Amino acid sequence: MKRFILWVPLGLFVGFALVVAIMLRNPSEPVIRSQMIGKPLPAFALPPGIAGKPGLSSRDLAQGGPRLLNLFASWCIPCAVESPQLMRLKQLGVPIDAVAVRDRPDDIKAFLERWGDPFQRLGLDPNRHVMIAIGSTALPESFIVDGKGIIRYQHIGEIRPEHIPELMRQLERAQ
Amino acid sequence: MKRLAAALLLAVAGPALSASKAPPDPLSYTQLEDAKLEAQASALMHEIRCVFCQGQSIADSDAEIASDMRAMVRRRIAAGETPEQIRSWLIDRYGAWVAYDPPVEPLTWPLWGAPVVFILIGIWLARGRLKRRRR
Repeated sequence: MKRFILWVPLGLFVGFALVVAIMLRNPSEPVIRSQMIGKPLPAFALPPGIAGKPGLSSRDLAQGGPRLLNLFASWCIPCAVESPQLMRLKQLGVPIDAVAVRDRPDDIKAFLERWGDPFQRLGLDPNRHVMIAIGSTALPESFIVDGKGIIRYQHIGEIRPEHIPELMRQLERAQ
Repeated sequence: MKRLAAALLLAVAGPALSASKAPPDPLSYTQLEDAKLEAQASALMHEIRCVFCQGQSIADSDAEIASDMRAMVRRRIAAGETPEQIRSWLIDRYGAWVAYDPPVEPLTWPLWGAPVVFILIGIWLARGRLKRRRR
């Protein structure tokens, strides 16, 4: 019995070292996914972000067909990175609406003039109420909302060219 | 020399992830006037994890999303919501992960059970030693 107990600390240490080694090799994914997938979009009504383009309410996103909801900001650099892909999606016929987070109308206007404007509607979310309500943690993020206003898919981070096929597939699924 | 200059320039360069220029929500950095409500809000803010800088509570974090969440907590407490309602609203959005006080569920049983198990092992080991010494 005593012999056995002498080995216990070593055993515990080896177990601990193994756990540390495994966890170091596979760090946990720091990305927090929204828990709202499959749930209806929370009700909101945002004022227009720029002159000449309507604001965005949750009802605008339940119009019978799937739509892409893009959360961006003019001060967010990866948001500029994904703009060519949003323009491409627009060319492919995807209706895209935007929530501009913590932004100012002049800055949004300059951003869209520089990088292109793929958006049908653009709501201003000055204090992140909508961003938090749909479980988004950082910008940019894009959500696919189906024709009934149910959130079907979340894309975290900037949309790169290789993400377009998957987004098109998910839009198809949300049909 | 060139490398040193580059390193120095990098040291003073601003972070590439820029912050918004819109003014912060006044309630992000201002306490509620009612001390009792502020105490409730503050207690909750210390238990909600910042979703962006994940090692900190929203009370401790200077990230913008944390400050917007603080304002949200204060506004809702002032409007009469209970901390429990706000906590479960946030858990609905971000998962149990967002609360520092994780709910007791099968996935977290080891978390809650491990301390008890370790205390039992400790008592068992200590008992063995004490017995031997008495002899």
